[in-house]
Amino acid sequence: MTAVVDMDDAIARSIEDGQSVYLGGFTHLIPFAAGHEIIRQGYQDLTLIRATPDLIYDQMIAAGCASAVTFSYAGNPGVGSLRAFRRAIEDGVPNELSIDEYSHFGLVSRLEAGAKDLPFVPLRSYVGSGYPDHNDSIRMVANPYDDDVDEIAVVPPLRPDVAVVRAQRADDEGNAHLWGITGEMVEAAFAADTVVLSVEELVDRDVIRSDPNRTAIPGTIVDHVVEEPYGSHPSYAQGYYDRDNVAYLEWDEISETHESTTEWLSEWVHGVDGRREYVAKLETERLLDLQPRTNFSTPIDMGEY
Amino acid sequence: MTAYTDTELMIARAAQELENDDTTLVGVGVPNLACNLAKRTHAPDLEMIYESGTIGSNPSRLPLSIGDPVLATNARSVVPMTKGFGYYLQAGRIDVGFLGGAQIDRWGNINSTVIGDYDDPTVRLPGSGGACEIASNTDRTIIIAPHSRRRFPPEVDFVTSPGYVGGRDNRAELGLRGGPEAVITDMAVMHFDDDGEMTVDSIHPDVSKADVAEATGWDIQFASDLDETRPPTEDEIALIRNELDPDGVYTGGDD
Repeated sequence: MTAVVDMDDAIARSIEDGQSVYLGGFTHLIPFAAGHEIIRQGYQDLTLIRATPDLIYDQMIAAGCASAVTFSYAGNPGVGSLRAFRRAIEDGVPNELSIDEYSHFGLVSRLEAGAKDLPFVPLRSYVGSGYPDHNDSIRMVANPYDDDVDEIAVVPPLRPDVAVVRAQRADDEGNAHLWGITGEMVEAAFAADTVVLSVEELVDRDVIRSDPNRTAIPGTIVDHVVEEPYGSHPSYAQGYYDRDNVAYLEWDEISETHESTTEWLSEWVHGVDGRREYVAKLETERLLDLQPRTNFSTPIDMGEY
Repeated sequence: MTAYTDTELMIARAAQELENDDTTLVGVGVPNLACNLAKRTHAPDLEMIYESGTIGSNPSRLPLSIGDPVLATNARSVVPMTKGFGYYLQAGRIDVGFLGGAQIDRWGNINSTVIGDYDDPTVRLPGSGGACEIASNTDRTIIIAPHSRRRFPPEVDFVTSPGYVGGRDNRAELGLRGGPEAVITDMAVMHFDDDGEMTVDSIHPDVSKADVAEATGWDIQFASDLDETRPPTEDEIALIRNELDPDGVYTGGDD
């Protein structure tokens, strides 16, 4: 039974120390508010999963929440390195971090296998690369059919204990409308045991039912729904606010040392009691600068039958 | 003649590798500017796809990451990564891909994973992202990187994205599609010979053969009909500076 709850409740009810957690989004709709709540509640020993770890995982790693990361690209997109991620791997600061590494298609194929309950998914990749030598989960299998492919790489299913995903809007049953870049988020939601859905706004059920093709995440797989405006900042929500690129550039400096990173966490994560206070602290002008002009899609006629 | 920067030359030269009916997987930075330049000059029908799943993007401003919202607005389609990588890239629907990396060897194999030992790296790099799949599944890849001895070693520490692996026949036997087509650096343009080995085709103005040899970690071959790289035209420089990267995000820093 899906329930609309606050973020602190949703996190406390869903996650336990030591679990594997997917925080959604490919650049878009990254659940920063949820990540900050995880840091505030002091979780430890989590396995963080996502194709693109991004700043929120850098922050969670610096806060000591993670002991492992499953990923395919660990960088600050368009800027450079994820410095806390690198410090953990290169120097064991603040703790050792083990990695389970794939390419993008390998990682999203693992989630797809998880979502479909398949023992593996084949992909035309990894041949001639160094990955199979360093990751026992990437294996080559014989093609059981008779054509020109003798062997193909396979990857096993990935089933996060918890997935936190965001969408622009959903109803109180957790039926979510998504648009813009969805990355591997929907596959991750279907693969996970527990799903926390965080949205920019809650809408009437009729709004969702008026455009069923847009419902990428159905309430039937969602456990908790949270209404959290600006919950993705400094990531973005297509049509609601733009990516705060300045914040991504600033992170490169903030995260330069472990000490400067934890200072930032003290102020912006531990120093606020939730997203509302964080948004207030950001100040109006910064948020106004991120507002896109409107560009409505043309309504479709679903027909009344 | 307007003075141009190394980056502007690389953008203009990379744009020349693209044809009007190509479908291309674009990256941020120089590749993105090269694709947009090609689209505004000789290749207006160029189809730009980004690995975040935006198909036929038509960005109104410079995207600052491959997941930028400007790539989704007014795109032909936006698909999940399973479809972008599966239905488009793996299925052979993308002609050209752009790649960069920390190390590139004579066969065009690229490392963007680790410097040093994988389990105890000297430098931990971001990893593949989609690079391994782009290198494996497009018809041709174009590699863009600054030229230095450290970046062009005889052998990469880790093969993130396979080039001709140990030679052109080797790649074909592995069942990989396409392969590296060109390497564009701030010194020269290289192509790959019949064996799949990197060969210098043209050297940029004011660069010597000795400069290129010195900046390459193996005894690199030069084509017998070695050319000078065509510098960017006035029109290309104006487009880059006034329309594509007006704030100089990617083109303002060097020289």
